[in-house]
Amino acid sequence: MLVKHMFKTGVLLGLFAIVGTALIAFTFDNTAERIAAEEREFLLRSIQALIPASAYDNDLYSDTVSVVSPALLGSHAPIPVYRARKDGKPVALVMEPVAPDGYSGAIKLLVAIAYDGTVLGVRVLSNQETPGLGDNIEIEKSNWITSFNGHSLSNLDAKEWHVKKDGGMFDQFTGATITPRAVVKAVHNSLKYFSEHRDALFAPTATKTEAPPHD
Amino acid sequence: MTDNEYGTIIRNGLWHNNPALVQILGLCPLLAVSSTVINALGLGIATTLTLVLTNLTVSLIRNQVTSEIRIPVFVMLIAAIVTAIELAMNAYFHELYLILGIFIPLIVTNCNILARAEAFASKNAPLPSTLDGLFMGIGFTAVLVALGAMREVLGKGTLFSQAQLMFGDGAKWMTVTVFGDYHGFLLAILPPGAFIGLGLLIALKNVIDARRKALPAPTSARYAAHTHA
Repeated sequence: MLVKHMFKTGVLLGLFAIVGTALIAFTFDNTAERIAAEEREFLLRSIQALIPASAYDNDLYSDTVSVVSPALLGSHAPIPVYRARKDGKPVALVMEPVAPDGYSGAIKLLVAIAYDGTVLGVRVLSNQETPGLGDNIEIEKSNWITSFNGHSLSNLDAKEWHVKKDGGMFDQFTGATITPRAVVKAVHNSLKYFSEHRDALFAPTATKTEAPPHD
Repeated sequence: MTDNEYGTIIRNGLWHNNPALVQILGLCPLLAVSSTVINALGLGIATTLTLVLTNLTVSLIRNQVTSEIRIPVFVMLIAAIVTAIELAMNAYFHELYLILGIFIPLIVTNCNILARAEAFASKNAPLPSTLDGLFMGIGFTAVLVALGAMREVLGKGTLFSQAQLMFGDGAKWMTVTVFGDYHGFLLAILPPGAFIGLGLLIALKNVIDARRKALPAPTSARYAAHTHA
């Protein structure tokens, strides 16, 4: 009797596990494509906010390379780089570096750098920073992130590429220093990577297989 | 169920058995995101939606599940439903998801959801269970928003800041600057502010309840008012 009851209960539990898994699998299956499309759309709109559509004439979304640099770009995964060109000449590029040392995990960024090495703009793609404190790095919440615009390795020296608390020139937030510190460092590192690998980063798509050196 | 019993469900959710003020459940998300009104409202709406769906589902299967396995089954269903809501929101309301996205996983840590499944939905028919989920959710949302308002006014001197995130650009007018040139009161925004604020709200509720008890019964009070007139 007891064994029969245990068996019945076990089967029931298993059935509910299947139902639960099926619900998630079904939802995932029906939304995955849409989510990918929405994310791509969102990325394209973000890029257009950084580089005006009139500045380039190539298909930016397919003119890409991916690079790996855990030291400077913050991730062991390949980082996509989108290149903007006009009349075949390089104009700017957009990459997705990661600030690995945010207050609550990695912060994914979108950094646009002009061919001459100036920052065109930075946006936050995703973060888990504290709502109300660290999330002021998002453009929707404050325009702190625009303070990078126009800066480069040549118009600010290495010491100035820090938050004010560390002797640099970028503001921190009240109650949140770690988040802006991580973002400033990531943008600075992206510029370093850019200046070291600029020609390789802009190499035509034909040589896509020979991606810039991985370090 | 009579009208009276539905009335009791509504009053319990909103006041007498309010999840945040009386049951003190779901503190983790409550304290984490109540730093502004808009954040609070976002989590409140997402939690209410989850509560309605989980209560309804649990109520529908309540006669099929034996008591030994009910807790793992409820946990599994709640996790599945929250995940499905997150995926569906990401796909169909992408903009809203970008704002509320970080709150959705927090809902799984809200023990209030499991508490309602166990204490109410597993013993009641689908309609009252759905109603219970809805009003427990609204009660939770109300406390979240009140706490969010307290912390936002004290901490930043504003109300409804970033309303455009939830309601679109047309809602920028909603942001109220209560104190101009205010330098902020960090304690209110940080976690201690959440604990102190919630403590004050619970105290306020107890004071109101004590006053009500001290007063003569409401019917005789109304009668007295009539005779005066």
